[in-house]
Amino acid sequence: MKQYIIRRVLISLIVLFGVSIMLYALVRSMPSDYVTLSTSTNPNVTEEMRNHLRELYGLDKGIFQGYLDWLVSALKGDLGDSMVMKRPVSQVIAQYAPVTFSVSAIALALQLIIAIPLGILAARKQYTKTDYIITTLVFLGLSLPSFFFAAVLKRAFGPYGLDWFPISGMLNARVNYPDGMTWAKLVDYFQHLVLPISVFVITGLGSMLRYTRTNMLEVLNADYIRTARAKGVPEHRVVYSHAFRNTLIPIVTLLGSSLPGLFSGAAITENLFGIEGLGNIGLRASQMADVPYLMGFNMLLATMTILGFLLSDILYAVVDPRVRLS
Amino acid sequence: MAEQQNVLEVVDLVKHYPIKAGVTQHVVGHVRAVDGVSFSIKPGQTFGLVGESGCGKSTIGRTLLRLTPPTSGKCIIEGKDIFAMKRKELRAMRPKMQMIFQDPYSSLDPRMSVSEIIGEAVREHNIVSKAEYRDYVLKVMQDCGLRPFQADRYPHEFSGGQRQRICIARALALNPDLIVADEPVSALDVSIQAQVINLMRDLQEQRNLSYLFISHDLSVVEYISDMVGVMYLGTLVEMGTKEELFKHAMHPYTKALLSAVPVPNPDIKMNRVILQGDLPSPANPPKGCKFHTRCPNCMEKCKTEAPVYKDYGNGHFCACHLYE
Repeated sequence: MKQYIIRRVLISLIVLFGVSIMLYALVRSMPSDYVTLSTSTNPNVTEEMRNHLRELYGLDKGIFQGYLDWLVSALKGDLGDSMVMKRPVSQVIAQYAPVTFSVSAIALALQLIIAIPLGILAARKQYTKTDYIITTLVFLGLSLPSFFFAAVLKRAFGPYGLDWFPISGMLNARVNYPDGMTWAKLVDYFQHLVLPISVFVITGLGSMLRYTRTNMLEVLNADYIRTARAKGVPEHRVVYSHAFRNTLIPIVTLLGSSLPGLFSGAAITENLFGIEGLGNIGLRASQMADVPYLMGFNMLLATMTILGFLLSDILYAVVDPRVRLS
Repeated sequence: MAEQQNVLEVVDLVKHYPIKAGVTQHVVGHVRAVDGVSFSIKPGQTFGLVGESGCGKSTIGRTLLRLTPPTSGKCIIEGKDIFAMKRKELRAMRPKMQMIFQDPYSSLDPRMSVSEIIGEAVREHNIVSKAEYRDYVLKVMQDCGLRPFQADRYPHEFSGGQRQRICIARALALNPDLIVADEPVSALDVSIQAQVINLMRDLQEQRNLSYLFISHDLSVVEYISDMVGVMYLGTLVEMGTKEELFKHAMHPYTKALLSAVPVPNPDIKMNRVILQGDLPSPANPPKGCKFHTRCPNCMEKCKTEAPVYKDYGNGHFCACHLYE
């Protein structure tokens, strides 16, 4: 097991190296750069000044030299300064990752809590009204885009509707909160999160629910389920300790691959609700060709993706006695 | 011999599967998987049920134990009709009637250790006290030729024969009166088949078990059974004691089946009765005698009139116009 993990980590480093090359090449291949984009509306900026700025930002170098410079300093732990945020990338990530992470983690937890029992229910009642209602609702969530739900929820629960929840930002701007966390601040914070989290849950629920339902159906038709029924095991035990335990195996894969999502958030949804998170900043960074931020942010996601798969492979061995990692 | 109460009595068992079609999924017909089957098993005896694939023999096994709901009929175990029971009563009856499935690879939960598989229902039905539980499971394992150190292993660590021993141990642990064995050895190698069959016979002697032994392998059925029933397209065409049936087969179908049993001596010339055609669809069985489309002795009468299934002496039942 230990050897397996060490080997996987070593392979991951090689993969990350390859990913960084491709990312850098892609980001730098944009038809414009930060200097052009940020100065294009200002007629007083001359081409000379722009070239001078490019030198300062390091954008005058070619892709190859630029990549080497980035790699050397990244290996030393310096991810460079974000052009949009005017601060070191590592600082930006450290400050905004908790926001994105907490929103996404709460949303993911809610998705699991709702999707798994409903998926099991739909599978147990296959081809009944219950099943059809659940799968139809799920289909709505899957097929309609997040901005649709965001708009509907904002209208319904925002100031022009029931006025239950704020529709934008993280904290009420009219209130002056002290720097530390207080109870009132926390409540305000969560009130702002209700609608965005709802959108996350509605749009993310579908795939997880369908996944649970499909796998549960497969397991419920397995011979060993028939055996369990023949033994006279009560139905709830048949469903939960035989069928569901075997459904956990594919669910673990799904969980592993959702790890990067916890850090990227859904950029669009964050943007729609004015949440200052990594995804929202990433959106602006890509509009402005902010090379250091995009590199730092995407490398973080790549690392999380690899970690997620490693984690699910390890969890496989935990939930399935047939799997031995070597 | 005094008349003993039968362990199992099946009266006119019917199982039809609806065929649905079209956009509205309305019922357009029925597959007559089991179409009126009656038989009984005495304590300590084995009833062998034979027939070709798709004749409904496995459906009988599953329906008897209500693993699939029956269409009609009665199944009396210990004087009670299984089909009339509520779910709770049925579950309480489960230990009395156990089943061994055909495929030992898929019928064991891959995530449970052997002792859990065997012991789960023991705990659920309070067969033994908590203190005795572990020893009891190990004892049952030993009775079935498994070693105690294998108790905490998982099914994938065992061979096919060993897995079937686990299945048998699992069934046995509940102290059943009746075990329905649905092709218990057909997934195993021939050398292993003998071991498993002998194990089943030994256990039967020790515990006075009754078996409903479902198989398509006539040599195996001849070896283990006391009574044999031959099925064709959802009905019994012939039934009798093993000696009667194998020595004085009456029904042309039984004769054809018996002639197909390989004899381990190349010098003996086999007089095989080759059946023509395929098994007709149970959704649309032939009129008259169901077997007439393939029968070598088919008469005019057979095409229009169904033969009566009746006793020809010594408990030898047969449904054929040849003997009427």
